[in-house]
Amino acid sequence: MKSSLQKFKESYFLYSFKRDKVAMASFIAILIFIALAITAPWIAPMNPYDSNNIDIMNSEIAPSWTKGGQADFPLGTDNMGRDMLSTMLYGLRTSIMIGIGAVSLQALIGIFMGLSAGYLGGKTDAILMRIADIQFSFPYLMLAILVGAIFQIVFGISRYEQLAVPLLILIIGFAEWPMYARTIRASVMREKNKEYVEAAKVIGLSKPVIMVRHVLPNSLTSLMVISTIQIANAVMSEAALSFLGLGMPVTMPSLGSLIRSGFDYIFSGSWWITVFPGILLILFVLAINLLGDWLRDVLNPKLYKD
Amino acid sequence: MSHLLEIHDLEVKFALRTGDIIAIDGVDLTLDRGETLGLVGESGAGKSVTGFSIINLISKPGYISKGKILFNGDEISSYPDKKMREIRGNKISMIFQDPMMTLNPVFTIGTQMIETLLAHKNISKKEATKIALEKLKKVQIPSPGTRLNQYPHELSGGMRQRIIIAIALITDPQIIIADEPTTALDVTIQAEIMDLLQELCETDNMALILITHDLAVVSQVTEKIAVMYAGKIIESGLTHEVISNPKHPYTIGLINSIPGSTKPGEKLQQIPGMMPTLSEIPSGCAFNPRCTEKKEICETIIPEPKKTDSGSIVSCHMR
Repeated sequence: MKSSLQKFKESYFLYSFKRDKVAMASFIAILIFIALAITAPWIAPMNPYDSNNIDIMNSEIAPSWTKGGQADFPLGTDNMGRDMLSTMLYGLRTSIMIGIGAVSLQALIGIFMGLSAGYLGGKTDAILMRIADIQFSFPYLMLAILVGAIFQIVFGISRYEQLAVPLLILIIGFAEWPMYARTIRASVMREKNKEYVEAAKVIGLSKPVIMVRHVLPNSLTSLMVISTIQIANAVMSEAALSFLGLGMPVTMPSLGSLIRSGFDYIFSGSWWITVFPGILLILFVLAINLLGDWLRDVLNPKLYKD
Repeated sequence: MSHLLEIHDLEVKFALRTGDIIAIDGVDLTLDRGETLGLVGESGAGKSVTGFSIINLISKPGYISKGKILFNGDEISSYPDKKMREIRGNKISMIFQDPMMTLNPVFTIGTQMIETLLAHKNISKKEATKIALEKLKKVQIPSPGTRLNQYPHELSGGMRQRIIIAIALITDPQIIIADEPTTALDVTIQAEIMDLLQELCETDNMALILITHDLAVVSQVTEKIAVMYAGKIIESGLTHEVISNPKHPYTIGLINSIPGSTKPGEKLQQIPGMMPTLSEIPSGCAFNPRCTEKKEICETIIPEPKKTDSGSIVSCHMR
């Protein structure tokens, strides 16, 4: 009898992964990014959140290999005198946290709505999907401004700093759940007419059990593909919001707010404040998208050819 | 003693936009413990709908509009869904046509078998696995222990149908409804599966309702037969009586169109015409446009079921 590990080793999934250099490279890149993000507090040269470490006299120091650079700050410092490398590592951590958090929230709402709409059909379907349509037609920037403003009034600007991460997770999570709902609904509607669902009814299982135990696992393929794309989207959304000043505060920068804070100084020659976080963001999103692309190809049985 | 299953004057309607159409029109059936009944007819005659209405799972927009279904004397046709779920898969099981589709592709055989048990019986997973293994042995699957951890795609069609039978058997039901259980299988496997079903019914005293269009299978396996046409039972009785001495022109036509009764080189016999669509059932006897013995009365008056000298019940003016 084969163990599940052995089965995985022999699977087409792993086989095609090993042969696809792009998928391998992007997977490794993502692992490195996540490892960096998790270990940031230990590997970063300084803690950019601690104002004791920051000296304004150090501001706008160029990267160490250029003229005027210092060995202490390998990628230079930003306008507040924080070490760029450390700030970027912490920023990556924040960005990934918000990305995963927001996608989890999206998935939670989206799966519930999509599964109910697709399986129950009829009026439930019509109502839930119209809610999704309304949500989709609502620009998330507007939502962000609105919710952000309400938050700041209710909790006070001083506490906004601590609440920024959950707030952004909520905003991006709520803005994008219809993507999940629609994907799940489409695949549930395809699955629910298959005979195994009929068979599950015949053996006397209840509707929620059939939905969660039988239909949902058969829709997981599309869920996996959309999740990778949605994480990339969420990270981008967060960066965009932060760039507009609606996201993470400058004292706790994410990659987006770093790009934004550097933007003011780009014409005075301090290009590194914007460019380095920008490159990091692009690499991270690109790696996720490439992996998602490969995943979509490999999980789509219609594309099995050679 | 009451019958195991009684169907009285069952009428099933489908609510379409253009109005209700009648799919089952006044069907009466009885079934006793350990009895095997064959439900025969062309596609669209209402065989499967009859089967599904027994477990109250007619797909929308169909509904039972009249009549009742008694199981062990209880009127199950009026049970609420929750109460009905305790009967489905537990006391009355169903086997479907296509074994490729009935098993959930993402779970192992073991998981799916155990699921049925856990849904109905208050037992531990370990005990359930034991019972599952026992049933797999009963349906004569080689190396049952390995099968429990395999996925449906790793098994052949015949093997899968055996598994499905094992799942249907797992709660020791009193009735099995087999909806064309061998149609999707090749001929050698068909015989094996039918033998298996017959054997299981005998050893476990289970009643079987075999829904099929294959008269040859019915004549081998079942004790009683009911021939359906356009939502009505037009002839019923003991299988050997009906097969050897068919009364209704439709039954005669069906038996004559079995390829075995034609000599090599001759053209196969068939019943002329097609079954009417349910929305355009002709007046009088529904079979009259295709009937070889048609008289005027057939076009106006619906024939009542009559008992014949051989003991079978026939709905035809000419008998």
